[in-house]
Amino acid sequence: MQTEGEYDLSTGAGLIACPRCDALHVERELEPGETARCVRCNTVLASPRAGAFTRIIALSLASLVLMVGAVFFPFLEISRMGFGNETSLFGVALAFSHGALMPLTVAVLGMIVGLPVLRAVLLVYTLLPLSRNRAPYAHAVPAFRLSEALRPWSMAEIFVIGTAIALVKVAGLANISLGPAFWAFCGLILVNAASNAFTSATTIWDAIEDAGMATDGREIVPETRA
Amino acid sequence: MSAPQAPAPVLTAHRAGLVGCRSCGRVWPESETTCRRCGGALVPPDRRCLNAVWAWLAAGFVFYIPANLFPMLKTSTFGGLRGNSESTILGGVVELMHYGNYGVAAIVFLASIVVPIGKFIAISWLALVAGRPATVRAAHKRLHLYEVVEFIGRWSMIDVFIVAILSALVQLGFVASIHPGPAAVSFALSVAFTMLSAQSFDPRLIWRGLPLRSRKDHE
Repeated sequence: MQTEGEYDLSTGAGLIACPRCDALHVERELEPGETARCVRCNTVLASPRAGAFTRIIALSLASLVLMVGAVFFPFLEISRMGFGNETSLFGVALAFSHGALMPLTVAVLGMIVGLPVLRAVLLVYTLLPLSRNRAPYAHAVPAFRLSEALRPWSMAEIFVIGTAIALVKVAGLANISLGPAFWAFCGLILVNAASNAFTSATTIWDAIEDAGMATDGREIVPETRA
Repeated sequence: MSAPQAPAPVLTAHRAGLVGCRSCGRVWPESETTCRRCGGALVPPDRRCLNAVWAWLAAGFVFYIPANLFPMLKTSTFGGLRGNSESTILGGVVELMHYGNYGVAAIVFLASIVVPIGKFIAISWLALVAGRPATVRAAHKRLHLYEVVEFIGRWSMIDVFIVAILSALVQLGFVASIHPGPAAVSFALSVAFTMLSAQSFDPRLIWRGLPLRSRKDHE
């Protein structure tokens, strides 16, 4: 166990390194609301927020509910001269289901549905016990690492902007009506943005560690619990 | 958090003979290969990562060429009576401008031509100058550029989504129908490979070889 403010330059105990510029800092437990930035490159090192875990869990569950709606309700409907067509989110992914384009179907489904769902599940799995001050579930460490690694590949927000542009493109060609799935998807973006604002990876790593998981003998336990 | 002897010189983990974990920040002796807290791989900030950067970038560039040569969208109106058209990325932009959709044309042009080419140039430049001595000011500029590339890279995928939505939606039988072209796949691959290229770049290389002084000393 490490005492706050003490560090050892030969083993690195009690220090943290900036992921962007490698500058060393002495580790300190932050109060909720404080933000730690790198002295050299100004990268945010940690930003714990009061009640963040409970909020991230709530927002992740909300995003799962919205995703169910986004997948199963009609997404967009188009009509022109008596011809009509409606599509769901699956229909959009299946647009690439002919011949050589097939793999793109899987990729698109993954980026707009699969990965956002997986990330929400992984976050809930990691944070649920932590928010109740219990020990984390088994494999919480790889679960959270996977969730962080998938972050850039989860592209739901890009998809919504893409939808908006596509709609502007066909607006002159035919009548379009937006289905409930479209609005569910818009809601999903807001929920995900809020969830990301509360997520501070370093804080979650600290919490996993303080709760007794993956202990490497170096965690700084807050004094109230020590 | 304060530096070891704030506000005096900045000491990097590498100088101190240590290695920092890039996913959780914990610091380990250089002999360690895996972070014992988060399980992430510990990699020293050296030029080895540039091999992966160049390899992914080359792959991205190779796929970007067919993405521009082959059609992205195949449109047929009135059962082919009004003509079937196949439009490449650039052709689509010209077509949109022709119809007066300047806003959409600008977005598509930005997302599928300006951003990818800018990304190729930016990553190549970062990889070329990585590890070379820089002033603190230049290092901040490079890091800023890297962050922009990292943030904006994913947004190029918007073009693939637009193609998917249009092809799924505009299926009006005789009146009009849109099908995706082979360029959609190579464009998606190009975007994915350049994202991997940007992710392989280690921003700590930007700061290697800098005089060990903090920003405040310099300004």
